[in-house]
Amino acid sequence: MSDFTNAFWSFYVIGIVVAAIIVCLVLLVTSTSVTYTAGKTTGHSWDEDLQEFNNPLPKWWIGLFYLTLVFAIGYLAYFPGLGSFAGLGGWSSAIGANSQYEREVKAVNAVLQPTLDKYLQQDLKTVAADPTARAMGQRLFQAYCIQCHGSDAKGGKGFPNLTDADWQWGGEPERIEETIAQGRDGVMTAHAELLTDEQTRDIAYYVRTLSSSADDLERAERGKVALYGSDCKTCHATDFSQEFPPLTGSPLLGGPNLTDTTWLYSSSESEIIHGIKNGRQNRMPAWEGFLGKGKVRLLAAYVYGLSNR
Amino acid sequence: MNQEKIEKNVGLLIVMTLVAVLWGGLVEIVPLFFQTSTTKPVDGLKPYDAVQLAGREVYIREGCYNCHSQMIRPLRAETERYGHYSVAGEFVYDHPFQWGSKRTGPDLHRVGGRYSDEWHRAHLNNPRSVVPESNMPSYFWLEQAKAADTVGKQIDDKMRVLALLGAPYTQAEIDGAKAALGDKTEADVLIAYLQGLGTTLSNFK
Repeated sequence: MSDFTNAFWSFYVIGIVVAAIIVCLVLLVTSTSVTYTAGKTTGHSWDEDLQEFNNPLPKWWIGLFYLTLVFAIGYLAYFPGLGSFAGLGGWSSAIGANSQYEREVKAVNAVLQPTLDKYLQQDLKTVAADPTARAMGQRLFQAYCIQCHGSDAKGGKGFPNLTDADWQWGGEPERIEETIAQGRDGVMTAHAELLTDEQTRDIAYYVRTLSSSADDLERAERGKVALYGSDCKTCHATDFSQEFPPLTGSPLLGGPNLTDTTWLYSSSESEIIHGIKNGRQNRMPAWEGFLGKGKVRLLAAYVYGLSNR
Repeated sequence: MNQEKIEKNVGLLIVMTLVAVLWGGLVEIVPLFFQTSTTKPVDGLKPYDAVQLAGREVYIREGCYNCHSQMIRPLRAETERYGHYSVAGEFVYDHPFQWGSKRTGPDLHRVGGRYSDEWHRAHLNNPRSVVPESNMPSYFWLEQAKAADTVGKQIDDKMRVLALLGAPYTQAEIDGAKAALGDKTEADVLIAYLQGLGTTLSNFK
């Protein structure tokens, strides 16, 4: 280690370490020089007549002590330990290209990279059909994705189900890959100050009728007027050629389809009202920087394959 | 040396015990205070702001360190899972650092940016709601207390102490500490702390 603020500290460490070895050696020599004399004691007694024999230690046992000293010298010569001396072996845990960590990473990459490169050359749908790629993708999914999307990939409240055909940001394989690589910010703006409480309740009612039947047609109509009067269609529709664009979602902006029975948060009226009033904020992190292109491709292929077998 | 002399002289025994105990510390601990890798912050490292610092108090109070480490070792298996291994210079503003020594749960040193705030909120409230296999306790009460009333009570004093220990806080930051907490809940400040963890060397933006 050469990063001491002052060269003194290197000598300080060397001094103490060498002194410790010498002290151990001196202690060992002086305290094991006893020769065997029958009945010889340490010379003092406790509890009237309790005495301690002063016999020499077994030779093989003392030998082990000497061995630890030999080991210490060998260790300090080979590995870094004596101040700034890097050791004859040049070993390092993580500093430099030849460190144990870097070598470990390099060795694995040498095996893994050709496989990843092969999949990067292929079409995503081809990768999705490859059983080896799927197995690798599943392993990656279990390590990095299940915390939000669940070990069954069926998601949860606020975290999309990846096994169905419903895609908030688009289900084409390239689109899935982009979602994993770049991440997504799922933001719905808060409308508490833009809509009255009554309008909000009516909109929530109308939204629910899009995927079920309405029993209060008047209220549904009020909700429809309020909804199309507000900015909802911007993110929840794509076909603006009609007077009332169908609210089938906008994969480009991540606006969910409101006409199907898939609900990212909840289908309950109170949850929908909460969402309209306070908005929603969720985020899929960008994984390319962490995983690299190859692993992102394997994950995209695996996720695509979950609903496109 | 005469065994009897040491055994019967308490003062001498104390001195020799102290020397034996201190010997290792002299070479293993003392030089750490004079190494750039342990005393110089890594490029871009910022001290915790008032909100994160309050979150850190929650982290300590709830004993998160009992199950979560903040120390990614330079082993491929760890960096694959968590990200870049931990570096001493990332912890120079941590007093005391939260390295921990036990992983009942995963390491948290690079958890910043890895999950959304919403995920953390759901997870703290009831870990099973997002990870059915989790054995982490629910910390539902964090949503119910205002940080300013609990962990944030002396937040400006804490920042002053940290400034004494070398954290580069400005006077304005210390003066504005209480206002920064506002009416944030303990969950809010804890999430702010978690989202800032390890981001200096993170692969997440």
